Amino acid sequence: MVRREVSGAHYGLRDWLAQRVTAVVMVVYSVLFVVMLLKLPRFDFPSWKAMWSAPTMRYATLLFLLCLFVHAWIGMRNIVMDYVKPTWLRLTLYSLMILALFAYGAWAVQILWGR
Amino acid sequence: MQIRLPLPAFVSILHRISGAILFLLLPFLLWLLGGSLESAASFNVFKGWMNHWVIKIVLLGLLWAYLHHFCAGIRHLALDLHMGLELQTARATSYAVFGASLLLTAVIGGLLW
Repeated sequence: MVRREVSGAHYGLRDWLAQRVTAVVMVVYSVLFVVMLLKLPRFDFPSWKAMWSAPTMRYATLLFLLCLFVHAWIGMRNIVMDYVKPTWLRLTLYSLMILALFAYGAWAVQILWGR
Repeated sequence: MQIRLPLPAFVSILHRISGAILFLLLPFLLWLLGGSLESAASFNVFKGWMNHWVIKIVLLGLLWAYLHHFCAGIRHLALDLHMGLELQTARATSYAVFGASLLLTAVIGGLLW
């Protein structure tokens, strides 16, 4: 008889691909971000604020952060899966991570579009 | 029994550790971004902190974690495309990941301060 562990099967390939697609998006953003930092006329509040107020910057950063959250979820879930054995603890950690990432998302929107 | 960790395995475990560090420090980074954009006064407070050597070391450590994860990730993407799978090449690219992430940390850190 085949012994099967209960798990949400079939997400393997999708997550594998998601991890790589999000990585590529973040690589592109990171390079552009360093270029923007280097192009700042001065590192003072007006230029810093202006850089973050451009609509392209806001949407690009939002895209970057969404990719980061998906990427962090898959990565952290894999780490928990490998090292945390008791089911109750594992599910608690998963729940906390998901809640934290949603909270960070709301917080990021507030930072990017607020004020 | 002693098992020696080969270099590519060392890059791999550091990829994991740096990823976990980055995840755990996400709220700190969002807090920094939020504070720096709030007002000229709060921006200057944060900018002042950046000159403190303790904060500098933390930020450089964070920058290194990001860059190591970045370089090791690119190596990983190449491996997925079946590039650099031979032992010799895999070892060489592991050295390259260490070298490149340290060099980039020094260069970007130097430009920032």
